[in-house]
Amino acid sequence: MNVMAGNWVAIGQLNDIPRLGSRRVIIGDLKLAIFRTSDDNIFALEDRCPHKNGPLSQGIIHDGCVTCPLHNWVIALDTGQAQGADEGQVQTFPMRVDGETLMLDVATLPALTGA
Amino acid sequence: MSASKRKLVVVGNGMAPGRMLEYVLEADPNRFDITIFNAEPRVNYNRLMLSPVLSGEKTYEDILTHDDDWYATHGITLHKSARVETIDREAKTVTSVNGITAEYDDLVIATGSSPIIIPLPGHDLEGVLTYRDLDDVERMIEASNTKQHAVVIGGGLLGLEAAAGLKMQGLDVSVIHLAPTLMERQLDAAAGHLLEKAFVDRDIKVFTGSNTKEITGSDGAVTGVLLDDGTQLPADIVCMAVGIRPAVDLAKAVGLETERGIVVSDDMRTSDPTIFALGECVQHRGQCYGLVAPLYEMAKTIADNLLEGESVYEGSVTATKLKVTGVDLYSAGDFAEAENREEIVLRDAQAGIYKRLVLEEDRIVGAVLYGETSDGPWFFDMLKKGTDISEMRETLIFGQSFQGGAPLDPMAAVAALPDDAEICGCNGVCKSTITNAITSKGLTDLDDVRAHTKASSSCGTCTGLVEQLMAITLGDSYDPNAVKPMCGCTDLSHDDVRRLIKAKGIKTIPDVMQELEWTTSNGCAKCRPALNYYLVADWPDEYADDYQSRFINERAHANIQKDGTYSVVPRMWGGMTSSSELRAIADVVDKFDIPAVKVTGGQRIDLLGIEKDDLPAVWADLGDAGFVSGQAYAKGLRTVKTCVGTNWCRFGTQDSTGLGIRIEKFMWGSWTPAKVKMAVSGCPRNCAEATCKDVGIICTEAGFEIHFAGAAGLDIKGTEVLGQVTTEDAALEHVVALTQMYREQGHYLERIYKWAKRIGLDEIRRQIMDDDVARKRYFDAFVFSQKFAQVDPWAERVSGADKHEFNPMNVLQLEAAE
Ligand code: SRM
Ligand SMILES: Cc1cc2nc3c(=O)[nH]c(=O)nc-3n(C[C@H](O)[C@H](O)[C@H](O)COP(=O)(O)OP(=O)(O)OC[C@H]3O[C@@H](n4cnc5c(N)ncnc54)[C@H](O)[C@@H]3O)c2cc1C
Ligand code: SF4
Ligand code: FES
Repeated sequence: MNVMAGNWVAIGQLNDIPRLGSRRVIIGDLKLAIFRTSDDNIFALEDRCPHKNGPLSQGIIHDGCVTCPLHNWVIALDTGQAQGADEGQVQTFPMRVDGETLMLDVATLPALTGA
Repeated sequence: MSASKRKLVVVGNGMAPGRMLEYVLEADPNRFDITIFNAEPRVNYNRLMLSPVLSGEKTYEDILTHDDDWYATHGITLHKSARVETIDREAKTVTSVNGITAEYDDLVIATGSSPIIIPLPGHDLEGVLTYRDLDDVERMIEASNTKQHAVVIGGGLLGLEAAAGLKMQGLDVSVIHLAPTLMERQLDAAAGHLLEKAFVDRDIKVFTGSNTKEITGSDGAVTGVLLDDGTQLPADIVCMAVGIRPAVDLAKAVGLETERGIVVSDDMRTSDPTIFALGECVQHRGQCYGLVAPLYEMAKTIADNLLEGESVYEGSVTATKLKVTGVDLYSAGDFAEAENREEIVLRDAQAGIYKRLVLEEDRIVGAVLYGETSDGPWFFDMLKKGTDISEMRETLIFGQSFQGGAPLDPMAAVAALPDDAEICGCNGVCKSTITNAITSKGLTDLDDVRAHTKASSSCGTCTGLVEQLMAITLGDSYDPNAVKPMCGCTDLSHDDVRRLIKAKGIKTIPDVMQELEWTTSNGCAKCRPALNYYLVADWPDEYADDYQSRFINERAHANIQKDGTYSVVPRMWGGMTSSSELRAIADVVDKFDIPAVKVTGGQRIDLLGIEKDDLPAVWADLGDAGFVSGQAYAKGLRTVKTCVGTNWCRFGTQDSTGLGIRIEKFMWGSWTPAKVKMAVSGCPRNCAEATCKDVGIICTEAGFEIHFAGAAGLDIKGTEVLGQVTTEDAALEHVVALTQMYREQGHYLERIYKWAKRIGLDEIRRQIMDDDVARKRYFDAFVFSQKFAQVDPWAERVSGADKHEFNPMNVLQLEAAE
């Protein structure tokens, strides 16, 4: 069970991430990719492609998706679902933007909840 | 070393030996010293395709199968215009009319066949031609420019193709045929009549059951043809296509056993075991063949036996297709009437369809299809396998898709073909070979499929089937005629987009998407990098590169690896390096303990497995030692390989190293549609492998031979020669201009050889070699764009550019709850 539900921490500023860009955030052994879409929505996904663990943070971002740099799987940023014929899902994490500040709900991080 | 090789001599350079050599070289490229004698004054071409050349649908270049480069690349000596006159079987030598003698250990006679000329009165008049090789075709085309009336004697496969071709060249054409119906050797009377009608509809006069009495002429040139029944036909040219005779004279003269053809046993050896015979000149088990499929099988057998194999050739059943655009005709096997035979006939006068199957004991022995031939391969397949058809006898004639009640849709029919069904008869390629190649090699266009499987690369009549297979295998993504849209975000092709960007003066990616009505809000990973390149190339000074539209390698200026680490390849100009450079690299490797150091295929060094965060620091140290980025990741200038040239090599004719370095220093940093790799070799020995590069230079005493459009990756292709220049400056100018032309016209990810194929080699030669104004303009445009492109991306990032790319936004240490 999880003692720190809705535990939001600041992980950076909106402008740390270019539009249609991504930055990495490292929390313990967990690597996250934080994405910024053209309309300034922010998403947090584990930085690990469901195909062969490609670093999604290095992909090209378009229309609410990221294309993995290794073999071009297309992953939806909101659900983490692989698009098209490919099957797989990346874990996503709740994000929120307070003014310019990017907030991540660390309560849901496996690194902390998992035992 | 060649002393130790066996000497293989081939007499005749036609399609059969061409294929045989491919098999031999595939199995063992170094076994033989190969010498070929060809009576024709040229390399090897696809004889089957002469008719499309005659009709103007193709050019000679289109039908080449082995060009000079091919012989050079494989170290084969080809003597052109060298008809072999004698063979000395004791001394094991052959000698040609023009006095060239070659020794052999193994000899292959592949003299093909010669057209039969009926010794009619007037057969030797000027303007009387046969139809066998390119010279004949050239004569006919030439005649069609000046002359008016053509008469073709012979209504068989060749005669009819000649007639149709001459008609398309604008001549008024008559066909004279002895038998009562056309192509009586392949067709029954009914199909023969339909065929005749099709020719009459094309306004070609057909005289069946008529015999030519004499060819009339005045002062040495033909003027007309006189038939037995007294009919007079005007004629400026007469094409005799009354059949072929295996060319056995040479073999006969040297005492080999010959009858109609050169007699061979199942291992394809003649009566002299050191001499093989191959192709149309052969008589095997009493049979002579006039189609390529059996000859290719013979070729395989001989190739194997030359390499100590023990293959046997057991004869072939053949199928014929007439290659006249708009006439669909397929015929296989034997359909002479006989009492133990029954036939199934389907007629549809409306649709002009006629199908006839000849059965013997519930097995297909003959098939004639007219008007609708898509089931041909299916019938032929069962014919060869001797399949028992009693089960489907009632519906057999309706074809394959009908069996099992499937709708009569050609796609379904092809889909339903068994994996081992033969699709390409000429090359014996079966369905699964093609579909596997498509999926495993990721082939998407017909040329690639031809290159990888040989299917549809000979007579071309199975092209439709192959395209259907591609459609079935690739799904909707494949549409042969559609101009491919750039990607799912637009219906416009790369060409349209490039044109519109210039025409409308569009200068940002969002504007392109707005103006050209993209269907997605920010495009996709396919179109964004392409658009970014087009804008960079078209507006070098005004356009601000869109960082987020670049593939990660071009953002990080290193190559991403499968584990998310990166590799770094510094430039080593022209492949030259020094102790201090190597020392600096060694230090960097130690300092950042880089797991792998590799000498690349591009004459430089690759440092692999570097953590992304370390890249700037690695570059800083490399930069201090004078290194700049090798752009091993860029769709841009990659490497310029060189050899040691006059600096050291005893054969060097020019300073190839110097020129290579000069080119690399002049052109580095430029973005191109796809990567560009160059090489400069100091002499034709070509140690820098210049003849498989995007652009290559071969130095000679006379100056510099500029090559381009080579490939040595997914495809392999020797370069084409762009032209000769005499000075280094000229060489640089031409190479730069060529590259700029490609930068302005190439589709994103389209290598130079594909672009050249699309634009046409001659057009490129014309603009770069012959049109000084165009060349100068290209050159200046390139120089201008370099002002903005030639900035070392590593140095920029060492001094702080794109910091965010190289370090995480945040590293948090959170305490787990108690
Ligand atoms: C390092 C190297 C192999 C080696 O260890 O020698 C190499 C490595 C890669 N090649 Fe290559 N190629 C290397 C020489 C070649 C050569 C030989 C040459 O350049 O003389 C060829 C054949 C010539 C050619 O370019 O076609 C070659 C044909 C390819 C191809 C097929 C390209 C094509 O259109 O056919 C690819 C795939 C692509 O580019 O789409 C490719 C792609 C790659 C990539 C970049 C795959 C990728 O996208 O990550 C590899 C990156 C590994 C890395 O991080 O370094 N590499 N690659 C060579 C680097 C040369 C250099 O110094 O820059
Ligand atoms: C117009 C046309 C259309 C055709 N269409 C089809 C088709 O659709 N399907 C099909 O299967 N087949 C077709 N054929 C037949 C096919 O082209 C031949 O079966 C095939 O080319 C024979 O190959 P080959 O190597 O045996 O002989 P060839 O290709 O004829 O080559 C023989 C070569 O040897 C040379 N030569 C002869 N004597 C000597 C000597 N003493 N020394 C040196 N060189 C010598 C000749 O000049 C010639 O270049 C067509 C033929 C023609 C002419
Ligand atoms: S051939 Fe090139 S692309 Fe393929 S594995 Fe080797 S380096 Fe990578
Ligand atoms: S690892 Fe992401 S597509 Fe292969």
